[in-house]
Amino acid sequence: MNFDFNEDQEMLRSEARKFLEARCPASKVRAVVEDSGKGYDTELWQELVEQGWTALAIPEEFGGLGMSRTDLCVLAEELGRALAPVPFASTVYLLAEALKIAGTPQQKEKLAQIASGECIGCLAISEGPGEASRDRTEARFEDGRLNGTKHPVIDAMAATDALVLAKDAQGKASLYLVALDQSGVSRSALETIDPSRDLGRIVFENAIAEPIGDHTLLDRLLDGAAVLLAFEQVGGADRSLELATDFAKERFAFGRAIGSYQAIKHKLADAYVNNQIARSNAYYGIWALDAGSRELPTAAAAARVAGCHAFWYAARESIQAHGGIGFTWEADQHLFYRRALQLDIAVGSARQWQERLYSAVEAQTMEAG
Amino acid sequence: MDFSDTPHEAEYRAKANAFLDANAADLPSLSGSEPQRLEKQRKWQAIKADAGFACITWPKEWGGAGGTAMERVIFRDEEAKRGVPDAFFGIGLGLCVPTVIKYASEEQKEEMVRPAVRGEQIWCQLFSEPAAGSDLAGIRTKAVRDGNDWVVSGQKVWTSGAHYSDWGLVITRTDPESPKHKGLTMFFVSMRAPGVDVRPIHQMSGGVEFNEVFFNDVRIPDSQRLGEIGGGWGVAIYALMNERVQGGKERGVPAKDIIALASNTPVGEGTLADDGAFRAAFADWYVRTRGVQLTRYRTLTAMSRGQTPGPEASIGKLVTAFELQEMSRLLVEAQGSYGLIQDDIHAMFGGNVHHDLLHAPGIRIAGGTDEILRNIIAERVLGLPKGPQPDKGVPFSQTK
Repeated sequence: MNFDFNEDQEMLRSEARKFLEARCPASKVRAVVEDSGKGYDTELWQELVEQGWTALAIPEEFGGLGMSRTDLCVLAEELGRALAPVPFASTVYLLAEALKIAGTPQQKEKLAQIASGECIGCLAISEGPGEASRDRTEARFEDGRLNGTKHPVIDAMAATDALVLAKDAQGKASLYLVALDQSGVSRSALETIDPSRDLGRIVFENAIAEPIGDHTLLDRLLDGAAVLLAFEQVGGADRSLELATDFAKERFAFGRAIGSYQAIKHKLADAYVNNQIARSNAYYGIWALDAGSRELPTAAAAARVAGCHAFWYAARESIQAHGGIGFTWEADQHLFYRRALQLDIAVGSARQWQERLYSAVEAQTMEAG
Repeated sequence: MDFSDTPHEAEYRAKANAFLDANAADLPSLSGSEPQRLEKQRKWQAIKADAGFACITWPKEWGGAGGTAMERVIFRDEEAKRGVPDAFFGIGLGLCVPTVIKYASEEQKEEMVRPAVRGEQIWCQLFSEPAAGSDLAGIRTKAVRDGNDWVVSGQKVWTSGAHYSDWGLVITRTDPESPKHKGLTMFFVSMRAPGVDVRPIHQMSGGVEFNEVFFNDVRIPDSQRLGEIGGGWGVAIYALMNERVQGGKERGVPAKDIIALASNTPVGEGTLADDGAFRAAFADWYVRTRGVQLTRYRTLTAMSRGQTPGPEASIGKLVTAFELQEMSRLLVEAQGSYGLIQDDIHAMFGGNVHHDLLHAPGIRIAGGTDEILRNIIAERVLGLPKGPQPDKGVPFSQTK
């Protein structure tokens, strides 16, 4: 058993962290948040592409670097830590993964465009208030054409290609690949609680679409994305805790550092415990994902539930530990708070994944007899 | 990231299983009275020692097997799968005897270590006192020098296993005029020495696992001192370091049994397994208890790479004790008024869940309370400053 990253992966991490500390300081995140016309940081995105980040886990035959998902999760953690304002998750954890898992040889050609940064993805499954559901999906696919409205969609405005959930003539819901640069597609931006990632509405009117994978693809895709996003959450949660801890050492009240009071100590100790629990579950998730284990549904749900809880708690209580200054626009705490919420919702809420976890453990138990 | 055994680990696991299969008739269980269980466990411990499966990580010269932490875990996992309890020897072999190995004379080690490894002699830890629990350095049991002996008087409390122990590790105050942490000295003592009086404590769970131990002018030879006079605090810290690494073992009913129980527990029109609130609570419990287990694998990986385990090892007991308490409550509560029955016939899992529910408050306190563990994480891991210590540098005799 070897339950940690290897030396190469640790080196990858240290390079990634150095790069993001230099090229993605909080001021860059803030610039995207404050500029309503800016959906993501195009300059940073271009730099990530040049560094080979979008190509990392794409097979060499499709123009990628052929590295593993375990290598990819190292980048995910660092991107989460830096709150990177780029459509990485939508493109790499969702679109590229869908193509790798279920793409036809022709569809897989798009992987080269992801590696070279020409292609940006998005996952369009939601159709309004409430949790996205296969059963309630109204979007329709017939005769190669897709009709329906999807909203909200993360990275809708940045994306070149969408994975869209729609029902076929038999009423069976599955995913379709749709190029967004066509006359049958119109998009409009939506204001969002985390403007460091763009959000939009996409209307499909007889848009040209093609099926990708079967009805099992969405769940498999969400499991994989849940694991990789859990690493982003762990990165963000650790950074939130570090900022709160640093502040608690420097800020004095009643003659001593506020971090010497147990009310603050215990809050931050709890955040530390949550973060470790989330990290360990995420490690298990990435092992299950990379090994193609049958335990993936359980491991992915556990990673997601723990990741949501850890980042939300750390971001929320980091503001509290900072006091009034933490509530100001100028402080960075709200950037973490916003991202924690965004990631909480991105591929289904923690509530939904608690439900998935119970079902997965139940199924695993029955399988074991 | 790889969960499967390495070839060496697989080979060791096979060896462990062959040994356990060959000795199936001698495997101890949880049944029987305490003296009966103790006798079986002693016999089993000796069989393990002869075969190199006791104190697996210790050097061979002390009766160990010179093995790795991973081997110890593999053996224990396989042993636990067969229902062998981890009882009676944990405090001695986990905490007291390693301290003896570090601080005692060569002759003493020759005499004491092997019998402990073989289960012939059992050790207990005499640290806590009525006025010194979380603030352990506040102990008051006195040791006064008299020729080649020390005369010890005072009271210890919460001493697990004192009633069946042969030896104890006892921390005393030898200089009340020094500041709190400075005037302490550690000894080992025969639990049968004249003046040692062991009285059982009846726990809220109904069990009797620990004791009060009174020292009425007990004479301890200076040769049984461990470490320097006034150096007892450092010796105690050395002993307790081992305790935290042990903490966080799996507790309570396993996930598959909870799921099976939920499917058979009527709630509303369906069962507990259909109840959203229960499913969510189960998920949170699962993530946290499984998270502790997985964190232990990270610690083991660090150890097998020759690194010191990281601070994440400290989260185990803090999480598992609380989760045990809350899951037990949830399961008992879900039985409706039937949950009030506590016996070994009608109550679920032979009354185990009720037992856990009544036992959990003790786990949250023993071996570092939840609050002390949070302080330790905050101060030693996150580097937050200590609170005010009004007794710092003050002679102990003048503190409150």
